[in-house]
Parts: sequence; structure tokens; C-alpha cells
Amino acid sequence: MSTETQTPTTLRGLTREQADHFLHQMVLIRRFEEKSGEMYTKGKIRGFLHLYTGQEACAVGAVNVLEERDKVITHYRDHGHALARGLDPNRIMAELYGRVDGVSGGRGGSMHLYDVEKGFLGGYAIVTAHLPLAVGLGLASNLQNEDFVTLCIFGDGSVGEGEFHEALNLAALWDTPVIFFCENNLYGMGVPFQQSLSTEISTLAEAYGITTENVDGMDVVDVYHAAKRAVEHCRAGSGPYFIEALTYRYRGHSMADPELYRLKEEVDEHRKRDAIQRLRSEMVEAGWLDDAGYQAVVDRVEREVDEAVAFADASPEPALESLFDNILAEDARG
Amino acid sequence: MVEMRMRDALREALREELLRDERVFLLGEDIGLYGGSYTVTKGLLDEFGAKRVIDTPIAESGIVGAGIGAAMAGMRPMVELMTINFSFLAMDQIVNNAAKLHYMSNGQINIPLVIRMASGGGSQLAATHSHSLEGMYAHFPGLRIVCPSNPADGKGLLKRAFRDDNTVIFIEHTANYSLKGEVPDDEDYLVEFGKATVVREGTDVTLIGYSGSVHQATRAATMLAEQEDVDAEVIDLRTLRPLDMDTVIASVKKTNRAVVVEDDWKFGGFGGELSAQIMEQAFDWLDAPVARVSGKDVPMPYNRNLEFAALPSEEDVVDAVLSMF
Repeated sequence: MSTETQTPTTLRGLTREQADHFLHQMVLIRRFEEKSGEMYTKGKIRGFLHLYTGQEACAVGAVNVLEERDKVITHYRDHGHALARGLDPNRIMAELYGRVDGVSGGRGGSMHLYDVEKGFLGGYAIVTAHLPLAVGLGLASNLQNEDFVTLCIFGDGSVGEGEFHEALNLAALWDTPVIFFCENNLYGMGVPFQQSLSTEISTLAEAYGITTENVDGMDVVDVYHAAKRAVEHCRAGSGPYFIEALTYRYRGHSMADPELYRLKEEVDEHRKRDAIQRLRSEMVEAGWLDDAGYQAVVDRVEREVDEAVAFADASPEPALESLFDNILAEDARG
Repeated sequence: MVEMRMRDALREALREELLRDERVFLLGEDIGLYGGSYTVTKGLLDEFGAKRVIDTPIAESGIVGAGIGAAMAGMRPMVELMTINFSFLAMDQIVNNAAKLHYMSNGQINIPLVIRMASGGGSQLAATHSHSLEGMYAHFPGLRIVCPSNPADGKGLLKRAFRDDNTVIFIEHTANYSLKGEVPDDEDYLVEFGKATVVREGTDVTLIGYSGSVHQATRAATMLAEQEDVDAEVIDLRTLRPLDMDTVIASVKKTNRAVVVEDDWKFGGFGGELSAQIMEQAFDWLDAPVARVSGKDVPMPYNRNLEFAALPSEEDVVDAVLSMF
């Protein structure tokens, strides 16, 4: 009884329920990605596969501040964001398999996940091409007098593109409720970030008059609080908000990456910042979690991921007759 | 019916659609204060205000992308790119997002967006400012390609474009803006996509054009009738996607000869697509190979005489027809 009364009610501003949820989601993303990589090597998944392992705190911290009416639009390393937004893991895995029950009916694959009902407007595989779309979503939010917020996630590789600058300028000019969330994982594919930009990312955003902050992208609590400030700012009609989250991907750019541009020691160094282990130890410290509790999360996730694989395996291939479906809106057949 | 110029017919379409549907709004370079570089949007800012007629920075990719994003959220935007030459800067948005999101999302996302742009040469603007890219855009599945030749179609097709759930590339030939014609004043006047019209009936040869080239074909038909005793049929395609091959094939089966007329370059141009489809669908009816009268295979020169030589003329059409007999 006495130990229970000493248990804190919050962990750096997170409720216990939130911490449980964040831990589960991060472990789910980690395991889902490991399993995807496995299924890729087995030839079940083809095309390009970009794993999100290491960056889980970004997706979980940022996406969870949103409400149902808000939108998420993101880059091609999109499984983590989709899972954080609550898309069905079974249907995400089925999409990676290219099956009919996939979230995009097997038309999009890993890089192009969509679930409009959940406000998940896609992964975009042309670097930066979704930033102007986010501005348009924000413009619509203003014109419709709605107050939905768009969370637009992209990597550090985006900042050299012209569209990055066009989008930031338009977003600021039109006071659009858009959160620009930059996952800086230090590499644009294999080019170190320092070789890509002549200044700092936050300097660019500030130059457009956008409220900007830097967070530790390996700390889900930090990310969550920054994203919360961003949503409040956007919801209040104060225009866009920019967050740069410093993070790291543990795996190669894609499954095809031999990782010649970095040393294993560097990866190991960043693994010491691991977001899951960090939250786990903080929860243990708070008395919210013990080894058995953590194992229960791992076991639950294992079941969920196994179920996703079984679901994808059982899902049929799309019918060849459906090849021409949905090229144009009125072409929808049933 | 009211007689008006193409630019006024297009403006009337925009105005009526802005009044009809509150989801419609306009984005574009110089469409507000300036009134549009071809004055199509003149007066609309005053009437509808800066929330519905939005002057944008020069940022083609950004504003087309913003149009796509707004369309995803249920709006019905129009983006004006001033001229088709600047649309190269928005190619990725048009080709990779507007044309593909409906398919890639398995039908979950619609992009009801109208992208207007002025096209064509003939104004001594040289190579970067004289493109005819109707055929290039027609290459991509997932887009509608609309290219009116006269004010009535301009109004009816533009109003129809706003009712479409897909992205419509609406291409206006600069030589047509001052063209006058009778235009229905009915607010519900729409011209359906994928319906070519027979502009002039004839029995000896079929001349096929779209946008500006319809007029060269028509003038050539008059010359052929007056000077050569050849009775040419002229078809205006109106839209390249969807493409009304039924009207073309029916005409070719009647006349047994076909000439495609377009400003675009012959090499890889839309005329090649038309000739191939005519061959595939009416080979046994042809008395001569399909001819193409196109822009010359050269970047557009500035000099007046050189530019004139680079563009297809009605004389070129007459020569092509005579060589078939």
C-alpha cells in the first residue's frame, strides 16, 4: 500500500495510460519492421522496403497528439506513422505483400500506404512532393473554417529540394495549420546531412517566420510535448509550426543498402540512445513497469505481428481483371 | 446565345462556378490584382474576395501541390499556371500526385482539380515560351486533357471540368483568346468530355485538329473546296483524354483519308497516336497513309519569319491533302 502511494501519477507529463500506449506502439513498430525485413529476405515482400527501426519515438510522440479529424501525410518510410495512427497492422502487412486486403489494395506497396478514414493521406515516395500537399490541406482547413491540423512528416533529405522552400513560404504566407515535422536521421540515403545543407534546418524554417523548435527524436516524451505545443499553436490559428527531431535509423536506407557510408560503431553508439529502452527504464524507475510487465508487452506485440503475417499470407492476390480499376474516379467498379 | 470572346467565355464559366459551388476557389500567378495575364480572371478578385481568388507567389510546384492538397480535403480548386511552359516546374505534382493518387490509394483519394494553362506559339516568344504540350500530358493515364477551340466549348468544357472528380488539365491556345463566337448563356450549359465534333462535313478527306489547329484545318478545308474541288471533313477533338475515336473512325471510313493537324512536334507527338489508332481501327478503309501536319522539329525561333516557318500552316494542310490523291 505504501509503495503504491509513492508511485508518481505522471512521468514527465505523461499519464500512465499514455506511457503504456507509447511503449506498446514503439515495441510494435520495432517488431513489425524486423518482421518486414525478415519477410523481405524470404521474398514475400518485394520492391523497395525502408525500415523505420530506431526512429519510433518520432512517429509515436508526434502522431499521438492528433485528434481524429486531423491529417497525417508523410514520406515513404511510412510504416511507423501508419501504425502510430492506428491503421490495422494486418492490412499494412497485406499491403507490403501486395495483397487485395492491403490498405491500398496492393496498388501502392510499402511506400504508398493510405487510409483516408483514419486521416492517413499517404506515404510519398518522391522526396518532398507531399509538403505542398500539406499546405493545400491546411489551406482547405482555413477555407472550410474547420480547425483540423495536418502533421507533415519528412526527412532531412527534403531540405535541399525547391519544394521544401515553396511549401514553407506558402504555409507561412497563408497561416496554414500545418506541423512540419523533420525527422533528421543524419543521412539522405547515404549522404551525410552535413554535406547536404549549408546551414541548420531550423535556421531555414525560422527564415520563413515559422515558430521552430529542436527536439531529441530518440525521446518519445520530448517529441510528444513539442508536438503538443505545435498542435495548440496551429489550432489557435497561429499558422504553421516546425519541429526538427534528431533521430537515427538503425537499418540501411532500404533493404538494398550495403551501408558503406557509416561504421557499425556509429550505429552502436546511437543504439545507446534507444527510445524504447529509455522509456522502459523511466517507467521502471517510476514503478510503472517491471520485467514481467515489459515481457507482456513484447509477447502481445509478437502475437500481433504474427497475426499480421498470417493475415497477409492468407489474403488473395488482386484479381487481374481489377488492373484498370480506379484510374479515374468514375471508373470505380463496385 | 450571346456573342463573346474566348477569354470572356472562360471568365463567365469561372464566375458561374464560383457562384454555384462554395468549394470552388482559384489559385494562381497574377490572377487577382493583375486580372490574369490573358485577362481571363479580370474582376473576379473584386467580386469574390481574396479568400476565393488567391494571388500566389511564382512557385508552380508549390501551388499545384497546394491545389492537390486542398482537393484531397474536399475543395474544388482551380490553379492557373499562366502558361503551359511554366508547367514543367510542376510536372512532378501533376504526373506523380494528381494523376496517380486515386489509383495508388485504390480509389480512396479523389483529386478534383482544374489546372488551367495557356499554350501555343505564334507570338514571337521564342523557344522557352511557345510550347504545345497537350500530347505530352495526354500520355499519362489518370488525367483529363481538355483543349477547346472556340468560346462556346471553352465555357461548356470549363464548367464541366469543375464537376469532374479527377484532375483536368485545361489548355487554352493563346491565339484563341480573342476569338469571337456564340455562347449559350444557360448556367447549366456543359460540354461533355470525350465527344468530338464535326466542325465541317465533307466526303473526300478527314482533317483532325484540336485547340488552335482546328482553325488551320477549317481554313484549309475552305481553300480545298474553293481551289481544288476537294470536300474535306473537319473534326475538333475537344478533349484528348478521354479521346473520341468513334467520331474519327466513322469519318475516316467515309472519306478514306486522314490528316492530323497540330502545333506540337511530329516526333513523339499526339498526331502519331492518332495515326496509329486510325491504322489499327480502319486500315482497310484507308486509300493513303495517314498524314501529319505538325510543328517543325526545332526549338521555336524568335524571328517572325523563322517562327512562321516552324509552325504548321493551312497551306501545309492543303499540300498534305493533295499529295494523297
